[in-house]
Amino acid sequence: MAKEKAQILDQDGIRRSLTRIAHEIIERNKGIDKLALIGIRRRGAPLAERLAVRIKEIEGRAAPVGILDITLYRDDLMTLERQPLVRSTEVPFPVLGKTVVLVDDVIYTGRTIRAALDALLDLGRPRVIQLAVLVDRGHRELPIRADYVGKNVPTSKKEVVSVRLKEIDGEERVVILESPD
Amino acid sequence: MGLSGKDLTGLRNVSPGEIQLILDTAAPMKEIIKRQIKKVPILRGRTVVTVFYETSTRTRTSFELAAKYLSADAVNIAAATSSVKKGESLKDTARTIEAMGADVVALRHPMAGAAELLGGCLGARVINAGDGAHEHPTQALLDLFTVREKKGRIEGLKVAIIGDILYSRVARSDIWGYTKMGAEVRLAGPATLMPPGMEKFGVKVCSCLEEALDGADVINVLRIQLERQQHGLFPNLQEYSRLFGIDRERLRLAAPGALVMHPGPMNRGVEISAEVADGLQSVINEQVTNGVAVRMALLYLLIGGGAQNEANY
Amino acid sequence: MKLIIRGGMVIDPVTGSMSEKDILVSKGRIAGIDAGIGSNGATVIDARGKLVAPGLIDMHVHLREPGYEPKETIYTGTRAAARGGFTSVACMPNTNPVADNAAVVSFIKDKAAAQGVVNVYPIGAITRGSKGGELAGLGDMREAGAVAFSDDGSPVMNAGLMRRAMQYARMLGMTIISHCEDINLSAGGSMHEGYISTVLGLKGIPSSAEEVMVARDIILAGETGCRLHIAHVSTAGSVRLVREAKARGVRVTAEATPHHFTLTDEAVLGYDTTTKVNPPLRLVEDVAAVKEGLADGTIDVIATDHAPHTLEEKDVEYERAPFGLVGLETAVGLVWTELVATGFLTPLQAITMMSQNPARVLGIPRGTLEIGADADITIIDPDFSGVVDPVQFAGKGRNTPFGGRLLKGLPRATIVGGRVVMQGGYVNR
Repeated sequence: MAKEKAQILDQDGIRRSLTRIAHEIIERNKGIDKLALIGIRRRGAPLAERLAVRIKEIEGRAAPVGILDITLYRDDLMTLERQPLVRSTEVPFPVLGKTVVLVDDVIYTGRTIRAALDALLDLGRPRVIQLAVLVDRGHRELPIRADYVGKNVPTSKKEVVSVRLKEIDGEERVVILESPD
Repeated sequence: MGLSGKDLTGLRNVSPGEIQLILDTAAPMKEIIKRQIKKVPILRGRTVVTVFYETSTRTRTSFELAAKYLSADAVNIAAATSSVKKGESLKDTARTIEAMGADVVALRHPMAGAAELLGGCLGARVINAGDGAHEHPTQALLDLFTVREKKGRIEGLKVAIIGDILYSRVARSDIWGYTKMGAEVRLAGPATLMPPGMEKFGVKVCSCLEEALDGADVINVLRIQLERQQHGLFPNLQEYSRLFGIDRERLRLAAPGALVMHPGPMNRGVEISAEVADGLQSVINEQVTNGVAVRMALLYLLIGGGAQNEANY
Repeated sequence: MKLIIRGGMVIDPVTGSMSEKDILVSKGRIAGIDAGIGSNGATVIDARGKLVAPGLIDMHVHLREPGYEPKETIYTGTRAAARGGFTSVACMPNTNPVADNAAVVSFIKDKAAAQGVVNVYPIGAITRGSKGGELAGLGDMREAGAVAFSDDGSPVMNAGLMRRAMQYARMLGMTIISHCEDINLSAGGSMHEGYISTVLGLKGIPSSAEEVMVARDIILAGETGCRLHIAHVSTAGSVRLVREAKARGVRVTAEATPHHFTLTDEAVLGYDTTTKVNPPLRLVEDVAAVKEGLADGTIDVIATDHAPHTLEEKDVEYERAPFGLVGLETAVGLVWTELVATGFLTPLQAITMMSQNPARVLGIPRGTLEIGADADITIIDPDFSGVVDPVQFAGKGRNTPFGGRLLKGLPRATIVGGRVVMQGGYVNR
């Protein structure tokens, strides 16, 4: 098991980051007309839900929320030790012409986002796609950047950034783990 | 996660957990089929070869669509029954397939055990698409998927399987599948078409159709082949229909909202009345769509990667 | 040239005795049995700790020659016999051409004399071409050296014809060997009909397919007075029918094969075509009944139904594979491992069923260690064990379901007419 090295965000830190991102989304898009939030499984999904709640609190109106499963778009399946489960993609609204904010917990190499972009484009043609992440840990391998970032955290490749959310993990914090080898 | 065996030759050797995994994976696959763009890139560069020694447009097309929706290349080797009779061995075909660099082979063959034989001499993974009277696992999986989708569960349901059990590979795979998933299975059909040892499968052999239908949640109707009559296994189609045909009246014996299923192609007016086949309780068309989803799930689980998966070779 | 077999436990079914003795072989015959025979320049085989038995006889083999030489020849088949501890075999007539006339019977005898290493006794066909139409030349074949008549794998379905064959064979003083199978009941089947055939989706051969014919032939034998030998009994019902017929005084004998007292239909799971045999491998109850039949004398003979096929013929879909498995080179080990070591048979019983009894059924002067008899001797080491490796077989067929099985109690020497044809598992050139 990897050893915990440092805590980057606590419960309040996560809450504040999301609130800020919600404001930034509204501000950047001048309101929430045609806005949709799509979380990337697994931890992007609850984060998208939370952003939607914040946005509704601010704007008084809800933006539609969807979930994207990118398993079938991954480029690293052959190198994974275990075959990932395919889960459902739940985007119960047309994405055509929408401003879609993709939501994920951590951006790292950018490959997940590449897969998510492909998956999203197979669902239709959004007008704009933006990206919101809770943590940007650097080390990009593709020309991809996030539009909204909760926290930039310089890391080494040996480290793992673990986002723990109460919906999935039963706790609220973001930590850096040192990989054992 | 993944499937434990290299090949899928039947449901007899598949665990309930594996069946669950296949059905769980088929659900998101079905969602892809419903999209406008019915294609995901996961099996890009992979080759799926269908080898059919019996004609079955439905099953073959289903495998091909499943492969294409996952971006694999699908190739069909038309292996007519005549070439079997000519004595060309399955092993010769195997060499051809190996040379093509196939990743998965879906085999339909008139002889029981053919899929196991082929799997034994191929590095590629083999899916049994029906071998003689042995098994037809993908048909059973799509039946299970359909039932779970419509009824929300399989466990505890009363399932009737009606007709020619003796020669039916669908019946065998269905029996393994339903019993493994906790359903109560009842069989009815002519005594001459009921194979021995059925009680050892943990199913109930009913003395008449009515007993099997009583309160059933699912009715699986099997196709009756005219050829069986020629071999003296039952007197004539009219009598078969009278004793074992499913019509509106008999459907009332089943539980309200019971599902009517048929692996196709149907003999309307023989084992099933047109009224029932096209009625509200029939999910026969849905079965076809689900067949593609289930086969997509299998292709993903068999060749969709994961180092552990590859190491099974 | 003299030979002394020194210090073995000599089993003589004729006297029913077992004692440690030396056997002196001279001019191809047994010249003396006694303790402490002087060597006097003779070749000595050390048989201490081993069993010395009359040469074993397999009364049911397929040598495949003439016509099916890729499967087996008289040359290879007799070497398989020698390696398996058999000094005599009786071969079935389903060759090409069928052994339904004196010429083919003579051909087999001549070829065996020229190229074989064990005694070969041809069995003639009952009907011409074994087609079940008209009687073959039974009298001529007897003259040519046929020891019994059988249509083995092509059973005589016409009861009237079988009755006439029995009447005629009785006149000749010959035995009819019946492969009991009603082909209307077995039609298209490739394994025993039961739970396993249902699981595998293979068409089954019901027990009744055999039992109906056992019953028919027993009735006909009772009526005609012909000696009837039931080949490869495989079901509990058949054992019962034979037992009951013997009690009534019908002149019926029966044989069982090692595979039928060892394996059940569960061996077919996985579609291994070496398990495809006719009659098929049956149920646990049937195996138990066959063993019981052997133990109580209902079944007289252990025979192998040695049926070699080429690799290509067996390397196909189960339903397309031919019936049959090779048995000569595993029989003794299976008898010892499955029946003697487990206490179902005494060594004397086992030897009797593989020597004296088949000799009696066939009416041949063998299966004995009497002074003056041909020196046909088999030496078995009850403690010697080995794993069955089909690659080592002297016969051409590799189609055995016993590959990889550990057997204990193996033949160590085969002596035919005073000549050592096998020693230590190697057939002498």
